[in-house]
Amino acid sequence: MHLHSRHTVKWSILALSVLCLMLSLLGSIAYGQYVISSKSVWTAFWAFDPQSIDHVIIRTTRLSRALVACLVGSALAVSGVLMQALTRNPLASPSIFGVNAGAVFSIVLFSTFFSVTSLNTFLWLAFVGAAVAGALVYGLGSLGKDGLSPVRIVLSGAAISALFMAFTQGILVIGQEGLDSVLFWVAGSVSGRDLSMVMPLVPAFVVGIVLSMLAAPQINILLSGDDIAKGLGQNTVLIKVVLSLLIIGLAGGSVALGGSIGFIGLMVPHMVRSLVGYDHKWLIPLSALWGAILLLCADVISRFVIMPEEVPIGVTTAILGAPFFIYLARKGGKRE
Amino acid sequence: MSKFFSVRHRLVSFSTPIRSVWAMLALLAVLLTIILLSLCLGEEFIALPQVLQTLLGHADQASQFVVETLRLPRILMAAMVGAALASSGLVLQSMIRNPLASPDIIGITGGASAAAVCFLSFFATAMGMVWLPLFAIVGALLAALLIYVLAWNSGVTPMRLVLVGIGISSAMGAVTTFVIAASPLSTSITAYIWLTGSVYGASWVEVKALLPWLLISWPLAFYLARRVNTQELGDQLATGLGISVQRLRLALLFLSVIMAAPAIAYAGAVGFVGLIAPHIARRLVARSFALLLPTSALVGACLVMLADLFGRLLFQPLDIPAGVFVSAIGAPFFIYLLYRQRF
Repeated sequence: MHLHSRHTVKWSILALSVLCLMLSLLGSIAYGQYVISSKSVWTAFWAFDPQSIDHVIIRTTRLSRALVACLVGSALAVSGVLMQALTRNPLASPSIFGVNAGAVFSIVLFSTFFSVTSLNTFLWLAFVGAAVAGALVYGLGSLGKDGLSPVRIVLSGAAISALFMAFTQGILVIGQEGLDSVLFWVAGSVSGRDLSMVMPLVPAFVVGIVLSMLAAPQINILLSGDDIAKGLGQNTVLIKVVLSLLIIGLAGGSVALGGSIGFIGLMVPHMVRSLVGYDHKWLIPLSALWGAILLLCADVISRFVIMPEEVPIGVTTAILGAPFFIYLARKGGKRE
Repeated sequence: MSKFFSVRHRLVSFSTPIRSVWAMLALLAVLLTIILLSLCLGEEFIALPQVLQTLLGHADQASQFVVETLRLPRILMAAMVGAALASSGLVLQSMIRNPLASPDIIGITGGASAAAVCFLSFFATAMGMVWLPLFAIVGALLAALLIYVLAWNSGVTPMRLVLVGIGISSAMGAVTTFVIAASPLSTSITAYIWLTGSVYGASWVEVKALLPWLLISWPLAFYLARRVNTQELGDQLATGLGISVQRLRLALLFLSVIMAAPAIAYAGAVGFVGLIAPHIARRLVARSFALLLPTSALVGACLVMLADLFGRLLFQPLDIPAGVFVSAIGAPFFIYLLYRQRF
């Protein structure tokens, strides 16, 4: 059902999404191995009491965790939207593209051999890894005669992912003591980040997402095809370069913060598109909201599955996302 | 002189370009050289004449032990694993008609890995390591079955098979990561090394266990060779020429599993061999499945043996798993090939 003709409907979807985000934020802060009442969640913000265990848990672990999930989820979802627009390929997304694997490899390489530990440096390393992997996949995928076909992109993405994952494993075998920290990147996690480390990154993520929203009208034009876009006076090369930079920034940043979390960038754009259609002015902000919601929910789920242990969040999203990917692949196959 | 080497006999009849025959003989020579090199080199250097003497059975006990108990089974294991994975990759690439397919990319290795990691974490201490291969093979078969069933939609197209395979591969990867993260550090390191792929400590028992699988799957592949060649012309043409395309595809998927899974089971998830060996083979010999099969197998064997040799020598006394070097040599080369070939 496409509702894109009615603006009021879209505004109410937006309002509803914001409400959902609030609820899942609350849920993410309140639920876990230790359940906190919503009243204490409220007072923890407005009347902080250092004596209260609830308040300390919220301030030290739950809040930063929720914030990381929001940032990573929305960045992944928006980069998924941009990738699908740039490659005109419904299966494109950061994890399929090998961007995650590239960023993880670059982080693991430098943290093992050059003992880098600062989150800011990780961010830059992740950007470099993401850019290299993304460029390789894009290059390999577009070498053929008929350009970027979905299968070709997905295959070259899988090959490049396999390559970087093999390298990551190799490094791990050489420096075995790093296994625990490496697993953090490989399996993905939104926990264990100190709030003071995360806060400086918030503006960077916000800027990335806002810039993507500003680019939305241009993306809409680009989607009508290169020739038409050029005819309408668009500098298609420039907009493509800008989109690629945004993708690398958002996807790389999310890996630096949360490790390799797959399938959010694939699922969310499709879900949102079925609600609001192809207009990127709506698609991008709503995807950002729903990416955050989905990752917050996945995080809450992964706290409960094997209590008292936690499932790595990358595993939860992959278990949710792989069937979705297969569904899309089957659907795409039918159309051919 | 004719450019073709032909055999015309009541039982065997074929004709191949002379160039391909030379290429295969050259590869065979390379293979033998690597085997001899690997027998000589190691923590303890043994001179070539002594190695040859040992193989013939007249030598002192010490070098007899090093050559026949330590090195030879390991080398043979590496060769067989490489050959099996390379053939499996070739079968998949021919079936899917895309040079980027391989058992590790479409989820067969993923299934074997998930099953093996589960085994290593939950059952290994109770049941003993002998059962690991069985688990890996069953895991690979289940993954292949799942891929086939999910890709089925009144017939299976190669494209859907690949895409569904990649989906299954990520799901299996998630299971593997989950099990590794949930198990204690000691088992997770074992599991990680297994995942990288290594022929460390291979013995004659394992060599003898792997060999029968190859003796079953290779003749089967040769038997299907003509059909595979026809299938590569395209579904419509192949159907027109009397090939049951769907049945052939199922057979080829099964064949690639029984080639790859036992090798993965004994040596771990050695990546990239299945992907690059067929590429190299295609550049060496004419494009006919029956020629490509032995050539890919030879190339794969050489690759894994070389990788294992490097792994043994470069970081002594550390023994780096062969899988690391296969990726390190294979991956850049693969990118170069793709760049040159513009598939």
